[in-house]
Amino acid sequence: MTPLPASLAEPGQDNTLVLNMGPQHPSTHGVLRLVLEIDGETIIRLRPEIGYLHTGIEKTCEAKFYQQVVPLTDRIDYLCPLTNNLTYCLAVEKLLGLEIPPKAQWMRVLMNELTRINSHLVWLGTHAMDLGAMTVFLYCFREREDVLRLFEMVSGQRMMTSYFRIGGLALEPPLGFFEKVKKLADRLPGNIDEYEGLLTGNPIFLMRTKGVAKLSPDDAIALGACGPTLRASGVDIDLRRDAPYTGYENFKFKVPLSDGCDVFARYVCRVQELRESVGIVQQALAGMPEGPIKADAPKVVLPDREKMKTQMEALIYHFKIITEGFSVPAGEVYQAVESPRGEMGYYIVSDGTAKPYRVHMRGPSYANLQTLAQMCEGHLIADVVAAVGSIDIVLGDVDR
Amino acid sequence: MPLAPPITDIEQLKSHPVLARLLDTNASVVEGTKFDRDELTIWVDKGSIREVCAILRDDPACPFNYLADLTCVDWYPSEPRLEVVYHLLSISNKERVRLKVRLSGSSPSIESVTSVWPSANFYEREVFDLFGVRFTGHPNLKRIMMPDDWEGHPLRKDYPVEGYR
Repeated sequence: MTPLPASLAEPGQDNTLVLNMGPQHPSTHGVLRLVLEIDGETIIRLRPEIGYLHTGIEKTCEAKFYQQVVPLTDRIDYLCPLTNNLTYCLAVEKLLGLEIPPKAQWMRVLMNELTRINSHLVWLGTHAMDLGAMTVFLYCFREREDVLRLFEMVSGQRMMTSYFRIGGLALEPPLGFFEKVKKLADRLPGNIDEYEGLLTGNPIFLMRTKGVAKLSPDDAIALGACGPTLRASGVDIDLRRDAPYTGYENFKFKVPLSDGCDVFARYVCRVQELRESVGIVQQALAGMPEGPIKADAPKVVLPDREKMKTQMEALIYHFKIITEGFSVPAGEVYQAVESPRGEMGYYIVSDGTAKPYRVHMRGPSYANLQTLAQMCEGHLIADVVAAVGSIDIVLGDVDR
Repeated sequence: MPLAPPITDIEQLKSHPVLARLLDTNASVVEGTKFDRDELTIWVDKGSIREVCAILRDDPACPFNYLADLTCVDWYPSEPRLEVVYHLLSISNKERVRLKVRLSGSSPSIESVTSVWPSANFYEREVFDLFGVRFTGHPNLKRIMMPDDWEGHPLRKDYPVEGYR
């Protein structure tokens, strides 16, 4: 057996022990490895060791045409693929100076909020299960299944949707889609009451979450926390409201805040966000405009199949986009959106060719992971499980 | 919506509060600037990055208290080859600014900003790992994505996409 590298086996003091939690531990939500230095049950030091899922997506992007990067973005944060698609498409559209038709924008908001519901349901189910509440998991996955069916209906895929494309959407939403969304949106508030009934007043859940893994507002900002983790520490920021993109300025919603700074506060924030998202979905359904779903930019957006069979130009443009891509004016943009986990940013540098010169993804999970040591040091091992669940990390997003 | 051409003239951008603040405090740290697609970029002198970050963080009118992102771009084969990019966010004013520092390709190194924002820790380790930029004063500068014994820095442009076999 090869010995541990020196950095991991570092003995702190005589009476402490170095313990590996993960990368196969079920409560680490993926392949997160935490190196704990413990004194009995108390954590003296916590260091996340990451990179087990590093696939070099940033490097791969540099070898692809702009439109070929979209399916790669699905695979980064696999619980909110549409938010990744959206961020990338918005960034490239900003580089191109492309205007998106209203129906595509509203569909993007609708799908983005369904993604948030999907992601929060997975978080709630797994987080509750980590803390011993098995039933919530089953309930959450029941509703999540319905959301995934909607994704499948609209894009043909349950998880790796690639539904947003540069310049608009891949496909027109199918017949009967909006009715199904409406049915789900009408049902969800009752379901959320159900989850809350199982957890919010549950004494075991309260004991495991209240006052656990505290993160003060100053620490949260300094350590770079984002999304619900930051808002549960009382910092009022939500990019959907503060820097609206893709038409979010047309929607009314509240930004849930809490100054509890603990695991319970993060739970409360996310559950309220679920309710707000249902509200946004309802608004999007009520006000869905008619019109095209793709921008009028034949050199960038693939033509409809029907046009390709009847019009010469459409066929030429299709051939050109597929074989040599489209060139994007030189420049750089940083586009940030509010993903279910916080600020997701894409920094894209273009050198004027058909392939991105550099794509960097700023993952919210990567940022939130840095707060874990501050939350856990000095507390018990069992609280690490609650803390990891409460920052809602996705390892695909951390390692990229 | 046609794209407006980028503004690179420092005189035209002087009224921008962030740039004005830096020029007031110490004009020699600003090497260049660009306003493109509604985003302000400031090139900063390599030796003063930590000082500039501290000035912007503690600016009473618009405190850039949040480091949103830190990354690097490799412009191989031109020199100076590497460009470290900082994206700052002011949570109270909802303002963003991008700082850039140019570094030459031979043993690139720059002062760490972990003392300004502790959140820079992971980002600087990532840039060190994937681009080979050394951050002086970083508390724990070791590889984060790649294995500890990995050779080379994968995101450099002279590193093949399929890796060395």
